[in-house]
Formats: sequence, C-alpha cells, structure tokens
Amino acid sequence: MTRLLWCLLALFAVSGWASAQAIDPLPFKSRVEEVRFQHLTKQLRCMVCQNESLADSNAELARDLRHAVFALMQVGKSDAQIKHYLTERYSDFVLYDPPFRRGTLLLWLGPILLLLLTAAALIATDRGRIPSRTQARQEEPW
Amino acid sequence: MMRTLPLPGFALLTALFGFGIRWNSHHDPHEVPSPLIDKPAPAFVLPRLDHPGQSLDKTSMLGRPYLVNVFASWCIACGEEHPVLMTAGRKLGIPLIGYNYKDDPSEAKAWLARHGNPYDQVITDRSGRTAIDFGVYGAPESFLVDAGGVIRYKHIGPFTAELIATELAPAIAALRREAP
Amino acid sequence: MMPELGQFSLILALLLAAVQGVVPIVGAWRGSPSLMAVARPAAAGQAVFVAAAFFILTYGFLTFDFSITYVADNSNLALPWYYRVAAVWGAHEGSLLLWILILNLWTVALAIFSRQLPPAFAARVLGVLGLVAVGFLAFIVFTSNPFARLLPMPGNGADLNPVLQDPGMTLHPPVLYMGYVGFSVAFAFSIAALLGGELEQAWVRWARPWTNAAWGFLTGGIVAGSWWAYAELGWGGWWFWDPVENASFMPWLIGVALIHAQAITEKRGSFRAWTILLSIFAFSLSLLGTFLVRSGVLTSVHAFASDPRRGVFILIFLGIVVGGSLLLYAVRSPKMIGQGKPFAVVSRETAILVANLMFASAAGMVLLGTLFPLLSDALQLGKVSVGAPYFGFLFPLLMLPVVLLLPFGPHLHWGRGDKGALARVAGRAAIGAVSCALVMWVLVDGQLKAIAGVAAAVWIGTGTVLFALKRCRAVPRGSHYPAEMAGMLLAHLGVGVFLIGVLLSEPLGITRDVRMAPGETQTIGSYTFRFDGVHGVDGPNWHAEQGAVTILEGSDVVTVMHPQKRVYARGQVQTESAINAGWRGDLYVALGEPMPGGDVAGAWTLRLYQKPFIRWIWFGGLFMMLGGFVAAADRRLRHPRTVAAVVTTPAVGESLA
Repeated sequence: MTRLLWCLLALFAVSGWASAQAIDPLPFKSRVEEVRFQHLTKQLRCMVCQNESLADSNAELARDLRHAVFALMQVGKSDAQIKHYLTERYSDFVLYDPPFRRGTLLLWLGPILLLLLTAAALIATDRGRIPSRTQARQEEPW
Repeated sequence: MMRTLPLPGFALLTALFGFGIRWNSHHDPHEVPSPLIDKPAPAFVLPRLDHPGQSLDKTSMLGRPYLVNVFASWCIACGEEHPVLMTAGRKLGIPLIGYNYKDDPSEAKAWLARHGNPYDQVITDRSGRTAIDFGVYGAPESFLVDAGGVIRYKHIGPFTAELIATELAPAIAALRREAP
Repeated sequence: MMPELGQFSLILALLLAAVQGVVPIVGAWRGSPSLMAVARPAAAGQAVFVAAAFFILTYGFLTFDFSITYVADNSNLALPWYYRVAAVWGAHEGSLLLWILILNLWTVALAIFSRQLPPAFAARVLGVLGLVAVGFLAFIVFTSNPFARLLPMPGNGADLNPVLQDPGMTLHPPVLYMGYVGFSVAFAFSIAALLGGELEQAWVRWARPWTNAAWGFLTGGIVAGSWWAYAELGWGGWWFWDPVENASFMPWLIGVALIHAQAITEKRGSFRAWTILLSIFAFSLSLLGTFLVRSGVLTSVHAFASDPRRGVFILIFLGIVVGGSLLLYAVRSPKMIGQGKPFAVVSRETAILVANLMFASAAGMVLLGTLFPLLSDALQLGKVSVGAPYFGFLFPLLMLPVVLLLPFGPHLHWGRGDKGALARVAGRAAIGAVSCALVMWVLVDGQLKAIAGVAAAVWIGTGTVLFALKRCRAVPRGSHYPAEMAGMLLAHLGVGVFLIGVLLSEPLGITRDVRMAPGETQTIGSYTFRFDGVHGVDGPNWHAEQGAVTILEGSDVVTVMHPQKRVYARGQVQTESAINAGWRGDLYVALGEPMPGGDVAGAWTLRLYQKPFIRWIWFGGLFMMLGGFVAAADRRLRHPRTVAAVVTTPAVGESLA
C-alpha cells in the first residue's frame, strides 16, 4: 500500500495533505551526531513530496536518502560533502538553502535591494518631512 | 516617479503568475532535470533478474549506446508505458536494459510474464541504493547512455509513442552520427 | 431543490453586489443623496442572500445531502456533526463561500457603524467593498459552484480530509479569513480617500479601529494554524515557511507596518501616501494569498486541489483590483502630500519609520523567497527550493532593529524625544537583559540562541513595563491606560513572550526517534518515557491503534500519554500525537509503525519530544491579538464628537482626556 501510494506520489498525481510523519530510529553513536543528523535532514528537500524536508517525509525515497545521509555521516563525511553528494545526483533542488551562485543572485541580494527601495519609497512619499532639527517640537507621546 | 513605481512592479508580478499558470499546465512541478546529463553514468554492478547469481556492470556495457528503463511491478504508470516499450521500444535498435527498482523479484518476474518482456536484460536493485547514484526518484524513468558510458538524455515519467518519436529516437540518431 | 435555491441566492447576491459597487460611487461622484443611499440596503440584501447560501450548504452537510458534489466529496455518514459543519469550509468551494460570508459580515458592520461618516465618503467605502464582493461572487458562481449536483446520488460520501478533523482546523479558517477580509475595510477607506481626494487625514482615524481589529483576527488565525500544524501534522514544528503559511504571513507583516503608519498619519499628518500604499498592499497580499493557495502555481504541503481555470480567474481579478488601485494611487496620491508636522531624528516618528521599513522589507523578502522558485523557472536559472534555512536566516536579521527599538516605543515623544529619559530606559533595560543573559549562560551551558532569546525578551519587557509603571504613577487614576495604549503595551509584551518561546524551544528542545518494546524506557531531559504497549480503540469514524506511554519524573508518575495512529473511513492513515502541555514546556509523543518481525513482540517506533517553553510562542501571539482588539476598542477612535473636533484642531495630546 505504501509503495503504491509512493508510486502515485512519484507520478505526481497527488495533491493535498501530508499526514503521516517519518519516525525512523537510527543507531546514532552520540547525541551530538543525532542532533547534527536532525539539523541536516531538515535542510534537505524530499524530491517526491509536495513540500517537505527529508526529516519530515514519510516517502520511501526520503527514507532511503535519510539512510544514505546517515551512512555518509558514519564514514566521516562533513555536512558540505553530504550536500554535495546529494546535489550531484538530484541537483540543487534538494537544498532548501540554495547556494550563492549567478542564478540565485537575486534571491540573496534581493532583500538588500528591497530594503533600499522601501527606504527610497518612504522618503519619496513624504519629501521635506524628514528629520528637521529646527522646527521639531517635543510633544506629549499620547 | 516613486508613485508610479508600484505599478510596473505589480505588472511584473502578474506576468510571473501568468507564466506560472501556463508553465504548470505544461510541466510537472515535480520534474527536476537531472544534473547527470552529459556526465558519466555511475558505476553499477547489479544482479540480473533471471540469474541472480550473475550480475551486469557498467564496464561490460561500454562500447555501445543503451537505454536504461527504471520500472517496478508496483508502479502503475509503468504499466501504461509498457505497451509502448513492447512496440516502439523494441524498434530503437539499441539494447533496452530493464532496471527493476525496489521490487520483489518474483513479483517482477510475474509482471513481465504477464505483460511481456521488452528488455534485453533486466537488472534488479531491491534496496534502491544504486538508484540514488542515478538520481532516480520515481518510476518510470529512462536514461540514454552512450558508447562511452555517458548519460546523454533522461526522461522522467512514462514514454509515449510520440515522445519516443520526437525525443528519444532523434537522441539515438545523434549518437549514431557521432560514432563513425 | 435546496441546493438550487443556494445557487440562486449566490446569483442574486452577485447582482446586489454589483448594485452596491456601482450606484453609491456614482452617487458620491454626482452628489446625489438618493443614489448614495442605495449602499446600505444593497449591502444588507447581499448579506442576507450570502448567509442563506451558506446555511443551505451547512444544512446539506447536516442532512447528508450527497446529491451535492461538494457534500459527497467532503463528508460521510460516520462523520460527527461538528466536523460536518467544519467541512463546509474544508475544501475550495466552501471556504470561498466562507470568505464571502465574512466579507459581508465586515460590510454590514461597516454599514452600521459608518453613520457618523460624511455620507459621500461612506458611500464610496461601501461601494468599494461591493466591487470586491462582485469579484469573489463571480468567482464562486462561474468557476467554483459549491452546489453542483452529483447524479446519481451516492449512498455515502467520501470523507473530510482526516488532517482537517481537528478542533484547531475548525477554528483556523474562519478566524484567518476575518483577518484577511478585514484588511478590505482599510483598503476600501484608502480607495475612497483617493477617489474623494478632498479629504484630510480624518479618514485614517476612522480606518484605525478596523485595521487593528482585522490585524488581531489575522494574528489569531495564524496562531490557530500554527497550533494546528504543531498538534496535527505530527512533526512537532510550529512554522514551516511553506508557501501557504507565507501567504498569510505577508499581509500580517504589512498589517503591522500599516497599524503603525496609521498612527503617524492620524496624529501627525505625515506619511499619508505611504499609509494609503500600505493599505493597498495589505489587502493585495490577502488576495495574493488566495491566489497562491488556490491556483496551484506553487508547490506546498497543504494546498487546495488546483485548477488552472480558477488560477486565471483570480489572476485577472487580482490584476483589476490591485492594478486599478495602484493606478489610482499613482494618479491621485501626489495631491496627498500634506503638511505633516516636522520631527527630529530622535522621535517616535523615526522609530516607527524604521519599524515600517523593516516590516515592509521583511514582507518583500518573504514574497521574494516564496516566488523565487517560480522566477527561477521563468528565467531558466534552474530548479531551486527556498525553505526554512533561507527565511530563518534573513527574517531575524531584518527584525533585529525592531527588537532593539521596541522598548523605547512607548517612551518616545512625537516630534522630538527626551534623550535623557530614553538613556535611562536603555540603561535599565540593558542591565536587566545582561544580567538575565548571564544567569541563562550558566543554566543552559552556552546555548547562544536561548541566551539571546531571554535577553531580547527582558530587553523588550523592561522597556514596556517601565512605561506602564510610569503611567501608573504620573497619570490620575482611571485614565492610566487608554485602550489604544493598553493594546500597544499588550502587543509589545507579546513580542517578548513570543521570543522566549521561539528562541528557547528550538535549541533546548530534544527530539528522538526510538524503537520501544512494551516495558522499555527512554530518558529525555529529566523525564523517563515508559512504553506500555498498544491497544485498539474506536472513534465515530475511525479505528486507531493507541499507545500508552507513562511519563515519570524520578519515580513519580507525571502522566500517561495516548498517541494514536488512526485509520479513517477511506483508509487514510492519520497520526494523532499525544501532548502533555505545560508552562515550562510540552512533552509530545507520536506513534510510528509496529516494528516488523522484531525480536520482542509488540515493539513500535515512537517519536519523543521535549519542547521547553513552546507554548509561549502561541501565548505571545495571543497577546498580540488581544493587543489588536483592545486598541480597536478605543473610544477616542470611534466617538463621533471627538472625530468632529479632530478634523478642525490638530492633535495635541487630546487623547489624555
């Protein structure tokens, strides 16, 4: 049944809600490793789901990839190496944190642009009212 | 100037949404282009479905182009694709490798016995471990690998006769032109 | 017969909305009182027919009328009555009907409470709301008929999606829509002001309570949604930065900016155009949210089944409403450059402007991040995902200045602040924050996020409480805190409470996936979780495997928790987490799968969480919501005589009375 369901998911037929969660006990060596794993899988996207991380998804592929991440951690790979391993195979789409490159320039620099634009808009909508030392009077706050 | 600025900004946004509606009615949002195109296919050694003792590996396939078709008996869309592979797929002139993905071998055999076997060879990946190296995320998926072992084309989802004629066959023809 | 009556009611409502949208505006333009007088009866008539349609649909659910496709798709004979009522807004068509009903509630409320407004202005406001209703009614009538018949009538219906069968979800959409739609009132005021042109800033004063109330509802709706995601989705998270959540968060952020901008415009006369622009943005983003959720343009965990035709309709509607408003703004707003009062660098105006800048930019950032995957497709820059790490990094950065300024807000004077007094507040708040941070440093073993959380909360809390104390001493009894001020203090305190919840629950929380056989224990923090096995239970429309997990602290039994794994009528599996809530934190248990063929019989996988202070997140949100409502109730803002007085005399401390 799960397989069938997953196949349907893989075939893009499903729209709607995800309801079952991914409870997946793994033999972590330490609490630190467990936290690192939880943190890392939260930043990786499940390919076949609507919009869920590997940590949250119950899809079978997500489970396979979680186990792959776990195995890579066991052989001492760093977070960056694990992310590289996944993007090599599944493209940047698996990263919820897109890397800074030409294609994502607008994404990462956009907020600064927005800040400047908003500031300009604020000033322009009320020219001449901007802080003027000479006339401002102190008034009751309420 | 600042007062008219929101208008073109909003126009751009509307254009983007218009694009989104169009794009989504032609493309599947889950279809992610593979980064493995024009990269060497991952090395694989996988047991054959008919002789689990024997395996097929990448090096033994070098020297000629072939198509790897990921399928499974549990996959509904594979059933839709199957008749197309039985007819048009067999006329491609290259070996067809069936990649049985996360499937029970006896169910896979029964499925092929029932629907016919279009494949020259069928390999099995029960755990799905090697499939991760191929960037497989569902079934069916198909990879066209050239004589040098490089992935040249990938199709996600079921093939139709039309897709084979418009995409796969020209890609194979291009491979033939390259190799003298 | 009944369903056809429902559909007929919607068509009649559409016609009345068209009358309400056109006639009063023409009347206001031509100066004809008789045309303007059409607004109220038309609005009332529309509301009656919309309510009739809504009740007919509800009646269909209550009487199991499966000849209505929508009822058959979203309910069945076993579904309890309360979820059958909630099922009315459980899917696209019905939730749209709820949206329209709520728009009518706001319109009727406005029609009743707008009698002291100048008739032409009231006519324009009601007219604009009528035009908005035309769009939505046309949408429902032409693309999303909730009364479509299903023939032959099936013997039983399908089911309401199990994740929606939860009290939080019953509450979430109506409250959220109250907020979304509530911004239409501020929007209508702004458009009416632009249309009228002749008005001074008086309209802002009339718009303020409506905006505050709408924002309060929106806050409540988001809190309910977040709570529902936490309790029902079973991941223990409270915010995922999913497009659907972002869709509600953007108008909220603009709403915060708008509430504060309205204060400047009303009290000081400056930044009128900016306030109008924000009103347009807040409502546009509400519409955009509807579009995003229903058009299927973005991939989201929880979206409505999408249909490109609907997408096109909303896009055109959005284009007309937002494009038209922005055009009107471009043409008319240059006339609104007013003679606002000057202010110095250190002043309440400046602080509010900084907050406005940050909130508006944050809303822009969320929009950019939400739409970037689509943009990347359009420009062929490759498929990308933008998720929690992106927003979680940028949002706190943008909010940092806001948190730093927050304790000074109430202390700052309009025009020019008292630097000495501000320095004293800063000193005390800093001493409080730093000393609490030091204590935390020892307690939590260098968890920077948690330390920052406590420091920020104390920083905000000290500034706010100092102001409250000062008022208590300096102002005669009975007028310590006007409602407007009390609302502000509540909301600002809520920010502090919220920060504690957010910044403590994440770094100090513990999540573990474990495999447990009956009798086995796991220790998390100071608690021991003992698994006592699983047994079957039955609900009205589900069967569940229910686990028993006993929580021990030392050797004392704290509680026994019962997580469930339910199977609903159509075979959908739904996990019901068990939550033991408390001030200091929640314990949370979710049941996974039975372990197949294990060495010990009856072993299951379980997820165990300890989430310190997580409840403070929603309490913070509820404080903010309450703040919005209390501020909206201020008598100064609605008292007709005060309104009349203020139009003629500039606002100087009149509110102390």
